[in-house]
Amino acid sequence: MSQFLEISGLCAQIDADGQKKQILRGVDLSIPPGEVHVIMGPNGSGKSTLSYVLAGREEYEVTAGTATFHGQDLLAMEPEERAAAGLFLAFQSPIELPGVNNANFLRTAVNAVRRARGQDELDAVAFLKMAREAAKALSMAPDMLKRNVNVGFSGGEKKRNEVLQMTLLQPTFAILDETDSGLDVDALRIVAEGVNRLRAPTFSALVITHHQKLLDYLVPDRIHVMARGRIILSGGPELARQIDQEGYTKFLAEVA
Amino acid sequence: MNALSKDMSGPLALFANRLNTLAGAERQSAAGALARTGLPDRKVEAWHYTTLRALGKQDYAAPPMQVEASTVRSLLDGVLQAHPAMAALPRVVFVNGRHAPAFSALPDDVDLSFFADDPQFGQQAAPDRDPLVALNTALAEDGLVLRVPAGVDAGHVMLISLGVAGVDPLSFHPRHTVVVEKEAHLRLICVQAGQGAYFHNPVTDIQVEDGATLEHLTLQTEGAQAVSLGTLYAHVGQQSVYDSFVLGLGGQLVRHEVHARLAATRGVVHVNGAQRLAGQQVGDITSVITHAASDCTSRQTVRNVLDGHARGVFQGKVLVERIAQKTDGYQMNQALLLSPEAEIDAKPELEIYADDVRCSHGATVGALDDDQLFYLRSRGIPEQEARQMLIDAFLDEAIALVEDATAQTFCRAVMAARFAGKGESA
Repeated sequence: MSQFLEISGLCAQIDADGQKKQILRGVDLSIPPGEVHVIMGPNGSGKSTLSYVLAGREEYEVTAGTATFHGQDLLAMEPEERAAAGLFLAFQSPIELPGVNNANFLRTAVNAVRRARGQDELDAVAFLKMAREAAKALSMAPDMLKRNVNVGFSGGEKKRNEVLQMTLLQPTFAILDETDSGLDVDALRIVAEGVNRLRAPTFSALVITHHQKLLDYLVPDRIHVMARGRIILSGGPELARQIDQEGYTKFLAEVA
Repeated sequence: MNALSKDMSGPLALFANRLNTLAGAERQSAAGALARTGLPDRKVEAWHYTTLRALGKQDYAAPPMQVEASTVRSLLDGVLQAHPAMAALPRVVFVNGRHAPAFSALPDDVDLSFFADDPQFGQQAAPDRDPLVALNTALAEDGLVLRVPAGVDAGHVMLISLGVAGVDPLSFHPRHTVVVEKEAHLRLICVQAGQGAYFHNPVTDIQVEDGATLEHLTLQTEGAQAVSLGTLYAHVGQQSVYDSFVLGLGGQLVRHEVHARLAATRGVVHVNGAQRLAGQQVGDITSVITHAASDCTSRQTVRNVLDGHARGVFQGKVLVERIAQKTDGYQMNQALLLSPEAEIDAKPELEIYADDVRCSHGATVGALDDDQLFYLRSRGIPEQEARQMLIDAFLDEAIALVEDATAQTFCRAVMAARFAGKGESA
């Protein structure tokens, strides 16, 4: 039986000013159900690219390798199909949508995913009740549901709005791309609790971060170090603490 | 009989039979001006981006006196049923440029009469400068003459103009006058709709007297073969407000031309709008806002969504006269192009003779934002639905400028009914 998420030899490039730029150079990674894995690594090592490729961003061209999710060929699916299948990407820089009401956006997304999963759609009343409760659990101001998506939100509010979306869409696999960056300690704890509430034997997460702090709350199962488009090292939670204290240089030198 | 008959070649031949039999000095003078200039072509600066080729080569007949009632009823229902609130509002219905009393539900709090009973052409229109106004002046048969007495809040009035034609083109040239007297208030909702090949050429003369407010929505849902070229003059008095919005959706060729004059201090003019066009449609929003007094404010925000081979034209001129110190002017035209063949021509113009003014303008053109589209799709929203959400959001930010809640709700209902699930590029 195939793994929950299985990435093998994944290579991807992007068109930058007419030049093909290779970013992923053979990523191998498997994440079993119920586990939280962490990717750390220096800037430019390909962490965000990996998250975009898994979520289906078209600008990245996959040139080799495979990625399967619940045994399905993830790379053959449209972004919305991946979301319906249970994949969620919390954006490093959440996108502003002027003119799109946050509550309408959330309800449209939830109902699109429910439709695709063969579940009944929620009416406005039932949805709003659910959304308000989820927002409250994330200590979000009630008016954030009425505002336009991410427009005028502070950095912390945007990240909480990502976690709110994740909570409502009930993914089985979430990628959190530096969701902790720019958060103060209180916000960090609230966001981490939001992720922890989803933890279950059927839920896994891939957390991209630079900081040990988030991992104090999230308690990961595995740590992976990414450099130059590949996973160069994997280990237990102690690896994150080691990187936090010593930096990446030592590890990069070892594999060089 | 006059000088016309010898110079009715070219496009004017379309109206020759009717122009040769005019009575009255104003009509003959207008026809004479028209004969000298002809209909405008691309060499006329104000018509550089919009050609009248769509008028074709066939004659434009005067509309028949009888129009099938069931056709009018179904067109009218199409307008009123867009939102439940509309049927309850007072309305004046014109069919092919003539008042149709059987379909109207006249308002109480206003003085109402009709151009046909006492033709008055007003002071603002300039037949010698604008050939379409000249054509209207020559051929106008009927029109609404509405006056809101001083101090009265008249609520809403709908002016519904329906065109009903078959394959043979007909034209109508209504002449409307709206006067909102001192300290009075009116919310005017104009709707243009129809079917068949017709040419609608209305001229509207608006006066907003001192301290008065006119909120004015124009909804363009003309029939698919229609040519609609409207010219509107607004005279804005001291501390009065002319707050207008045009929503352009229908028609083959539609031009909404506004000449607003801030004639006394502390007046406010809004000439906002949005249009969403597809196929071969051409939509032209042209305005000239003249600041002729100090301490006035003008605002113009226009958003265009263009799909298929559609073309949008925006010409916006703000003229600030030397006396108009402390003018506050703002103009913005934005376009979203949904297909490679769609086109926007934008010509913003500021002409400023005063030295203490604040005027800004800008224009943007773009496609749907890939980041936004991906964000929505990554949340499970299918691509077509995601596109539609972003298009709606773009236009909705303009529609939000309609301050009258009923008119705003009406716009949203019409948009929702027309475009539900149509986010794809044609």
